[in-house]
Amino acid sequence: MIRVILPWHLRNLARVDSEVMLDVSGQITQRTVLDALENEYPVLRGTIRDHVTAKRRPFLRFFACEEDLSHELPDAPLPDAVAKGAEPFMVVGAIAGG
Amino acid sequence: MSGVRVLVGTRKGAFTLESDGKREKWEVNGPHFGGWEIYHLKGSPADPDRLYASQSTGWFGQLIQRSSDGGKTWEPVGNKFVYDGVPGTHQWYDGTPHPWEFKRVWHLEPSLNDPDHVYAGVEDAAIFQTTDGGQNWTEMPGLRGHGSGSKWTPGAGGLGLHTIVIDPSNQKRMFIAISAAGAFRTDDGGATWKPINQGLRSQHIPDPTAEVGHCVHRIAMHKSRPDTLFMQKHWDVMRTDDAGESWREISGNLPTDFGFVVDVHAHDPETIYVVPIKSDSEHFPPDGKLRVYRSKNGGEEWEALTKGLPQQNCYVNVLRDAMAVDSMDACGVYFGTTGGQVYASKDGGDSWTAIMRDLPAVLSVEVQTLK
Repeated sequence: MIRVILPWHLRNLARVDSEVMLDVSGQITQRTVLDALENEYPVLRGTIRDHVTAKRRPFLRFFACEEDLSHELPDAPLPDAVAKGAEPFMVVGAIAGG
Repeated sequence: MSGVRVLVGTRKGAFTLESDGKREKWEVNGPHFGGWEIYHLKGSPADPDRLYASQSTGWFGQLIQRSSDGGKTWEPVGNKFVYDGVPGTHQWYDGTPHPWEFKRVWHLEPSLNDPDHVYAGVEDAAIFQTTDGGQNWTEMPGLRGHGSGSKWTPGAGGLGLHTIVIDPSNQKRMFIAISAAGAFRTDDGGATWKPINQGLRSQHIPDPTAEVGHCVHRIAMHKSRPDTLFMQKHWDVMRTDDAGESWREISGNLPTDFGFVVDVHAHDPETIYVVPIKSDSEHFPPDGKLRVYRSKNGGEEWEALTKGLPQQNCYVNVLRDAMAVDSMDACGVYFGTTGGQVYASKDGGDSWTAIMRDLPAVLSVEVQTLK
């Protein structure tokens, strides 16, 4: 199972308390993980990726294994530790505002 | 007993305030969607328990929320706003073409007789509609496809379609306003639109009387006189009596004719309200005094309404969607400020009370008169 940690607002929106566990088939990439996430929680469509371009929204970041994966290609494999469920894939809201 | 429900959108959430017909004690419900910007929420005239809210942030984009119990509970509905066809470009601040990009929903206008039919005014400026209670939204492309669309330029606050007014005598006729393109009218249910800006004069554009390019802040109509509209423009308060074919200025003796809101008394179509703001450089009331101005003769002659409003050291703003009226026998008038107050008058503006204080900055105020 793939572990995903969402920011507070999206956890509220999806009505989940803690990290999300996803059953993702095939290669584990940003795209396949986020596709599975949106299939499980359709309310999240458009909140992480743009509806049309499927690009990451500008003020969000993707972290895993203490690395910033935000600029990796969406079809690049995620780290093995994420694929094996040892580490979570984190959707993080950028620090901004006052 | 009849009552009143006030719907307040703020920079950090939505609130509903309910009172009985006396309008003295208010029950506060909220915050809903805490931490999110609620540009607007509004109830259906056909079903007052059906509410819609525009919820957004820069982080997570746009959501639309729907309530079927008067705002006690909410459910997210469709949030996919995709421009029709190839979006094309509008004019950017520097004069270059800029791709049309959806940013947020500024205004939600439920149709007058179907709670599942709602219009949405969005930034970058376009009008969308849903006929299934918000699950699916489609653009009405005739507006953006109007010949001038590629020349529309955003105002400082963005290229937002912020005002939608439906003619209750002929619902195929609607009026909309865009910053900074101007006012437009459809007579065929939104298939085609025409600019209705003749008589407007705006010094901030190269041709002050151009067909489009005017920064219209708000338009208001009384349901009994759908050909008469009142407009608060960037500068100037305006009036038309021929459905926008021509406008004339009615600023009269206002201390400043810059401002954002304008509204009409529920029972007297010649009584109108504005809140003068010092200037487009200083978005607060003149002299630190928060004053609503009322005209009882359709403009030109205005009186300051101050009783109950702060008359010193007040530097709040009142944004374009933040004034509304109820239709109780004694018309109530309501407005919200960027300082987080919601002021109400239950005597047509003669006196005011803060029915809510210390909210986040108020973006919108709507009122439902409940039977």
